[in-house]
Amino acid sequence: MTTTDLTIRPFEVHVPDEDLADLRRRVAAVRWPSKELVADRSQGVQLAAIQELARCWTTDHDWRRCEARLNAVPQFKTEIDGEDIHFIHVKSPHENALPLIITHGWPGSVIELLEVVGPLTDPTAHGGSAGDAFDLVLPSLPGYGFSAEPGEVGWDPGRIARAWAELMHRLGYTRYVAQGGDQGAAVTDAMGAQAPEGLAGIHLNFLRNALGNVGGLPADSEEERTAAAAINAFRTGGFGYFLEQATRPQTIGYALLDSPVALAAWMLDHDTDSYYKISRAFLGGPTAGNLTRDHILDNITLYWLTGTGASAARSYWEGGRAAARAAGQAPAEVTLPVAFTTFPGEIFRAPRSWVEKFYPHVIYFNEAGRGGHFAAWEEPQLFSEEIRAGFRPLR
Amino acid sequence: MSTDAAAMNADPAVRPFRVDIAEEAIVDLGRRIAAWRPPEREPVDDQSQGVQLAAVQDLANYWASGYDWRGCEAKLNALPQFITSIDGLDVHFIHVRSPERNALPLIVSHGWPGSVIEQLKIIGPLTNPTGHGGSAPDAFDVVIPSLPGYGFSGKPAAPGWDPARIARAWAVLMDRLGYTRYVAQGGDWGTAITAAMGRQAPAGLAGIHVNFAQMVPPAILGHIRNGDPAPADLSDAEKRAYGQVAFATYHRGYGVIQGTRPQTIGYSLADTPVGLAAWLMDHDPGTYEHLAALFAGQPYGAITRDDWLDNTSLYWLTNTATSAARLYWQQAVTGHNFYAPADVSLPAAVTVFPEEYVHAPRSWTEQAYHNLTYFHEAGKGGHFAAWEQPQLFSEELRAAFRTLR
Repeated sequence: MTTTDLTIRPFEVHVPDEDLADLRRRVAAVRWPSKELVADRSQGVQLAAIQELARCWTTDHDWRRCEARLNAVPQFKTEIDGEDIHFIHVKSPHENALPLIITHGWPGSVIELLEVVGPLTDPTAHGGSAGDAFDLVLPSLPGYGFSAEPGEVGWDPGRIARAWAELMHRLGYTRYVAQGGDQGAAVTDAMGAQAPEGLAGIHLNFLRNALGNVGGLPADSEEERTAAAAINAFRTGGFGYFLEQATRPQTIGYALLDSPVALAAWMLDHDTDSYYKISRAFLGGPTAGNLTRDHILDNITLYWLTGTGASAARSYWEGGRAAARAAGQAPAEVTLPVAFTTFPGEIFRAPRSWVEKFYPHVIYFNEAGRGGHFAAWEEPQLFSEEIRAGFRPLR
Repeated sequence: MSTDAAAMNADPAVRPFRVDIAEEAIVDLGRRIAAWRPPEREPVDDQSQGVQLAAVQDLANYWASGYDWRGCEAKLNALPQFITSIDGLDVHFIHVRSPERNALPLIVSHGWPGSVIEQLKIIGPLTNPTGHGGSAPDAFDVVIPSLPGYGFSGKPAAPGWDPARIARAWAVLMDRLGYTRYVAQGGDWGTAITAAMGRQAPAGLAGIHVNFAQMVPPAILGHIRNGDPAPADLSDAEKRAYGQVAFATYHRGYGVIQGTRPQTIGYSLADTPVGLAAWLMDHDPGTYEHLAALFAGQPYGAITRDDWLDNTSLYWLTNTATSAARLYWQQAVTGHNFYAPADVSLPAAVTVFPEEYVHAPRSWTEQAYHNLTYFHEAGKGGHFAAWEQPQLFSEELRAAFRTLR
């Protein structure tokens, strides 16, 4: 790894007015396709939901409020391995807080994680005790948000994991833990396998290794069979975005950079549970936890304003290439302590037996009562409690 | 007449049709291309991440500054075009009768990402062979419909328009035009529709020709699905086809998206012309390389930049990319694998074009088309064979259907 500049520069978000005006102009000028021919999501994002999203985007949504939320937390940029990495860094007021680096996924960003900053860094104000405090580091993945878009190939989960270890080292942390779901789970898993000095353990809320390996996993119990069926259903009916991003990120990128509504639809169409929760939020139904219209639009707007639809999609291409290189080999072993939480609305509910199949040293396993793929975003309090419990054995 | 047939024929009127796109729509298209917000250049030097920025820039520049849709309109309006309602849907078609007597009626089905524009260059050679290196007995009357949801055909408002239903509509169309003995042809989606016609064997259909053979044995498809290496007992030609189908099965994000989420991608294709253009360029790697070279100034057989943009503009101006994508969804819900054997017993002819993304081996093709009357590997041409090599393609059709006259 070549690192020439170790400087950590403070960062604030200030988007020019003209970018916001251009966004509103484009949304207002949207040309719609004809309505889907079905009464559910089986042909994709439904016209009524996306039309309401577009209406809210041009009339109600205030990016400056999101900007203020971001600028209310300490943000920085630093160059690692040749790329500028953006991160949020909030130190706990408590002594002996455990440093924690959390990695977001796709179609997310650091915005997914803003609501866990309070509970994790300041637990006494959020139903916890001082002994549960964390110092929090929330980086933007390369190619996402305010991190730089890599100009070269190779930024796969393994390289990002090495960059995160360098980041924690640069921040002066000598003993820390790491957490992630979705793409963040791939990065966190890679950190676990690399076991950099100082990393004491990891917590995951997505069992990424099971996605491509369901045939090799136990299917004896009811919950194992249910999880296998959910993966097969995802691979049959919900895999298109994954395959397109893994093989042709540039092709889909043209639409994601040129049409805000295209970007919004593409980002809404992740998994069944989150899709219906988000579409309900726009159609006036009950909001699922913290997945509010404003929060959804904050995240989509971040992708739009930073023009990162294509570069974020590329992370799947990188992941696919890394997976192809590793094909036929056993996954790199993670001997570090692993904590895991299964959220019920996730693409599949990982059973403990599967988690233990990939991770020999499971120190914590729990199935939470609520929440889905965007667990930290949707249920920040519950998620924070899981993180506290998951890492308690490592303090 | 059964109730179904009655519904098919509720209003048998055939109305003349001319294309006349509103000026405002053309101006809006130009405005959107000019306001294009490009992504960063891909970090690779080949097409391994998809359509390359330079190719899209070349296309967008020409689309905005050198291209004229009215030229396409004039080409289309120089041909007899009609609309007729079949099975509750307006079907647009070009219908050119041969000046020769005893011409053989032929219905040609286009595919995705194509349209009737793919077929314009074969109309002359097929209907008027003596003017194009052929002889009078090789003449065809040509019917070129727009698929449901494509171009100037209606957009289905309910699910159900799969290749089998389209095939039944085509038989009604030929019947309505008064043809009692005819043949059918297609590649890409057109091959699925043409094979369905072959299986349905409507009265009058004498045989078919396809330029994409559906022929992979089910056991082989099972191996491909499992990611297995090619079985050792395959011939060299079969091994090559195995590799090609396996590649196409993985490298078909566009097909999986359109098969499972046509509405989601539809928001892109309806709102950004450059997004649409990139999507339509990215069908198969060979076609893409030709298109990238075409917009960089290299020839692509008979296909010109204007031709390609005629087709892309047609999708844009009719706002049909979403309804066109739904054909993949419709096929997916049938559970039928596109590459599975056609299982056609009528006389069938197959031409394999060398740059097609799958080269059908004769061995598998014979098992899929039970009465294979013609099998030939052409010397040049690829996925858009009729468009790229219209003369050669027309000669293939003449040779293929000669035994059925």
